[in-house]
Amino acid sequence: MPGSIETSITLNGDPYPLDADTPLTSLLERLNMRRGRVAVEINREIVPKADYDATIVRVGDHVEIINFVGGG
Amino acid sequence: MQDTSFELGGKKYKSRLIVGTGKYRDFAETRAAVEESGAEIVTVAVRRVNITDRGKENLLDYLDPKRYQILPNTAGCFTAEEAIRTCRLAREVGVGELVKLEVIGDQQTLFPDVAATLEAARVLVKEGFKVMPYVTDDPVTCLRLQEIGCVAVMPLAAPIGSGLGIRNPFNLAIIIEQAKVPVIVDAGVGTASDAAEAMELGCDGVLMNTAIAGAKDPLAMARAMKLAIEAGRLAYRAGRIERKLYATASSPLTGLIG
Repeated sequence: MPGSIETSITLNGDPYPLDADTPLTSLLERLNMRRGRVAVEINREIVPKADYDATIVRVGDHVEIINFVGGG
Repeated sequence: MQDTSFELGGKKYKSRLIVGTGKYRDFAETRAAVEESGAEIVTVAVRRVNITDRGKENLLDYLDPKRYQILPNTAGCFTAEEAIRTCRLAREVGVGELVKLEVIGDQQTLFPDVAATLEAARVLVKEGFKVMPYVTDDPVTCLRLQEIGCVAVMPLAAPIGSGLGIRNPFNLAIIIEQAKVPVIVDAGVGTASDAAEAMELGCDGVLMNTAIAGAKDPLAMARAMKLAIEAGRLAYRAGRIERKLYATASSPLTGLIG
């Protein structure tokens, strides 16, 4: 909505509450995810592991976090 | 009889069986079946993490990437773009450059989209991936994938999960004869004899998931597959006899009583 203040990001396709810009590492901690088990894309750009500490997730961002599951 | 080692993407393996990790009851069963199979390479799928269930265990907690070569796949991708994106994400998890490329062209048969597979393979090889493409049992396509720089070619035996076994051994024989990279039969194996047949034809390895995970006793089938792969490989190296239309006696024809 025009003029409204965004208070979320889109995380794996769904809205996820985030009322302020947050370090990626904090978001991963909050989600209980270990960096060695996941990969992250922000607005379709992959975030290299080495950049995690310096990366800020901004309100309104589209974030994808993937991991490995059973498959053939 | 000392076998040559199985080399894939610059690494040597003892086992020629690659197993998938899908369709098991839980991660504990997955791990037990993988152990029984003796496989050193295991395929995994790349999916969004479950946000709502944060306590959920991770597959890699059961299959240590230090012990197993993890082979992420692009299952479920219908375009080259999706497959490339999936591979890039998979690599960022940090288990290496080896990827199983599959670009599906049709939902019902799960046959590969050959044009999209070639397109994705070109991009991925340039980006340094070690690409193992799932592909139709078509000799020309396998040649092209080899020329592009794929580290293996993985023709299907039959549709994924069908258990129909090797439907075109003659095409496979041609693919094997032409290949300079390992040929791994991927998909369609139903039981141990199918795996042995693939190895007897001269395949370098077999990749399977459903045949083990879907068996009534997955652990027993995992072991059966391990033995079948070893038996088939040994028979291939031993060199089978020619097929003949008429009998040749195995016992001496001289010294008969009478």
